[in-house]
Amino acid sequence: MSLPIYATTGQKIWYYSFRVIVGLILFFLIAPIIIIIPLSFNAENFFTFTPKMLALDPEGYSLKHYRDFFSNPDWIRPLQNSLIIAPFATIISVSLGTLAAIGLSQSHVPFRRGIMAILISPMIVPLIISATGMFFFYSQMGLWMEETFGISKSLSGYIKVILAHAALGIPFVIITVTATLVGFDQSLTRAAANMGATPTVTFFRVQMPLILPGVISGGLFAFITSFDEVVVVLFVGAAAQKTLPWQMFTGLREQISPTILAVATVLVGISILLLATVEMLRRRSERLRGMSPS
Amino acid sequence: MAEQVLAADGTPLKASLNRALRRQKMRALVLIAPLLLFIMLTFIIPIGQMLFRSVENSIVADTIPRTVVALDNWDASGDAEPDEIVFQALFYDLFVASEAKLHTRLGSRLNYESSGISSLFRKSGRGLDDIADVYKDAFVDQNDVWADGAFWFEMMNTADGAPSADGVFAQQRDLLGNLTSSSVRKNIGFLPNQEIARALPLTTQTYTEWALYVANFDDDVVADEKPWESVYAALFDDLHAPGAAERLANYTGTGADELNSALAIVDTIPDQPYHAAFADLDDGWLSPDVWRTIQAYAPRFTSGYFLNAIDLQNTDDGVEWRPENEQIYLTLFVRTMIMSMTITISCILLGYPVAWMLANLPARKANMLMILVLLPFWTSLLVRTSAWKVLLQNQGVINDLLVWAGFVADDNRLALINNATGTVIAMTHILLPFMILPLYSVMQTIPISYLRAAKSLGATNWTAFWRVYFPQSVPGIGAGSILVFILSIGYYITPEIVGGTKGVFISNRIAYHISSSLNWGLAAALGAILLAIVLALYWAYDRIVGIDNVKLGG
Repeated sequence: MSLPIYATTGQKIWYYSFRVIVGLILFFLIAPIIIIIPLSFNAENFFTFTPKMLALDPEGYSLKHYRDFFSNPDWIRPLQNSLIIAPFATIISVSLGTLAAIGLSQSHVPFRRGIMAILISPMIVPLIISATGMFFFYSQMGLWMEETFGISKSLSGYIKVILAHAALGIPFVIITVTATLVGFDQSLTRAAANMGATPTVTFFRVQMPLILPGVISGGLFAFITSFDEVVVVLFVGAAAQKTLPWQMFTGLREQISPTILAVATVLVGISILLLATVEMLRRRSERLRGMSPS
Repeated sequence: MAEQVLAADGTPLKASLNRALRRQKMRALVLIAPLLLFIMLTFIIPIGQMLFRSVENSIVADTIPRTVVALDNWDASGDAEPDEIVFQALFYDLFVASEAKLHTRLGSRLNYESSGISSLFRKSGRGLDDIADVYKDAFVDQNDVWADGAFWFEMMNTADGAPSADGVFAQQRDLLGNLTSSSVRKNIGFLPNQEIARALPLTTQTYTEWALYVANFDDDVVADEKPWESVYAALFDDLHAPGAAERLANYTGTGADELNSALAIVDTIPDQPYHAAFADLDDGWLSPDVWRTIQAYAPRFTSGYFLNAIDLQNTDDGVEWRPENEQIYLTLFVRTMIMSMTITISCILLGYPVAWMLANLPARKANMLMILVLLPFWTSLLVRTSAWKVLLQNQGVINDLLVWAGFVADDNRLALINNATGTVIAMTHILLPFMILPLYSVMQTIPISYLRAAKSLGATNWTAFWRVYFPQSVPGIGAGSILVFILSIGYYITPEIVGGTKGVFISNRIAYHISSSLNWGLAAALGAILLAIVLALYWAYDRIVGIDNVKLGG
């Protein structure tokens, strides 16, 4: 779509102004995320560029907000909670979700559409409604767990949040894994069975390596869903389960401290890593299945 | 007759194939079952329970069960307060409810329907002891033994081998279980005996209720404790009731002598009718309006929350609009819709050029630009919201920039946050990738040569775009719009942080009712309406695009 040499002046003007417009929109998309990175190195407790920063004076920059993030218990504790809850939720969503996706991809599944609708419903229902429903149900479930199994309030709190987050992450696993399985050649499993492999061996040595990229990116989606989730944990969890997004939310609503920008920058770094991983996995999966990367 | 085809093992091929198919279906279902069960338990049941809660209204019938039954015969259209029997029932209901500290809960519930009831319940809960103290003092003055918990226990309990009043026990257990919404199944080491239940029916009920309560909730031993004041009131009511002397004459068990001497002094105790006692606590109890509200909300199911959620109310003359100054929810629903629409349109306007550019650039360049779209998509929602909170502030980067460029005066900075503008800007940014990605995947399939063909047939640039390209991209716009619209009407976090009071959505109101006002029924009703809207939109989405075509990250 390059400009032909016979283009008129009007066409040239449109061609370039269109590019400028698109550039501005992309700037709108990316700028808010980029701009918080330099702001997080502010030596003052301001949320805007100080004259010193604009003059690129080293004294205008500092790591103090990062030091606060990694030393202040108000931030350490939520970070730990997030790192406890998200992996467990991911393991549950990925293990159950992968099995179900394999089941769903068989050629004859009764009530397939209905089952699919139920399984991806946590993604469809607005979070505030899921949170409301879970708020009522999980508080009773927590009491029941404490009475029946005699576990502590804090442990039952973690279990509640993990189960809730696992439910929210499942649609993403189902969608990515079923998408990978669409291109999966079922005759490979038959070939393996033909050569004497048990179903378990077939699954782990033939099917799993081929759909692994889809499983991992589904897992990353599930992880980020839990790691980034705030509405449900706000309603289901107690103060002992305060996660990083919850702490950020409280910070934003009550007294906003510049440390939040340092946290945000760290999280942006994590998203860049995740994005790169998912993109790499997608290409690898397409190559494995003999498709050309688009 | 055609010869039947046989499989290798000799069974008919048809049956053999059917069996294989059935086995395959079973295997698929076995793989799916654990997840289906998990989602049912952790997600579908909670949502169903929420929907149930939007019509459920057991609180009145659970907290004051005897009153509700007694109130059945009261004529709500008249101007008279209910009979003495209703007030008597209310006394025993409220007494146990206030011991369990649950009477205020009922007060707040009824307060949603008619303001002022909350304080009526709160005040009365504190005064109930005084009503009953008169009787307790009189009985104890007559004989010290009435203040002795062990004596009471011996009198009420079933001795070995004696018949017990199991019916009374089970009934009180159910009432207390409903009231406290917990199972009162502990073995309390007490069963009322049948003989005393015949002689002193009300006392037995009240004592049993007390025994169940202290053993289950205070972890006390029934025999060691002194009963509540309400038990003395019940004793008075029993002894004062017509036919008390005959009933007592047949009673020969423990405490028969003490009871007979108590019967002798009953007439000396000043008899204060319950309705007068309640009127002393608060004359609101004599108002038929209060009783009408209680009677109206006594059934276990109500449409009240749903009516409230759309600014209607139940009155004596049927369903009516709420007063003008109390109508907030319809406005909020309309605002949610309008703002979601604004956000969707902004996303179309901003997303269309970008998607077009991405679809028509060479793959390598398009992938580079795609990163700029995917990075925000992958970035934490909280990060993007905090970025906008920082940028849009009065002293934030955008206002600083505008002042520096001279567009606005320093003392007249733009109010970009804590209003609808802030919500629309931040949410457009957050939801834009959800518009660009479906648009892009549709546009990729439109061959650019159609445009050239149109032009070579004499169309202007605009005609070629509008008559040839645009119609083919409409499915992408539809998919993206529905997705963005659905996501935005249920948004909570961003409006809460950048929306102030003018830029909040219905979801913020739901959260408010859950965590601050504690009107959970209303929150559930609002949630049910929002859920219905979203499901209708998804049904449309499924029709247009197909749920299976939901794609993530391109």
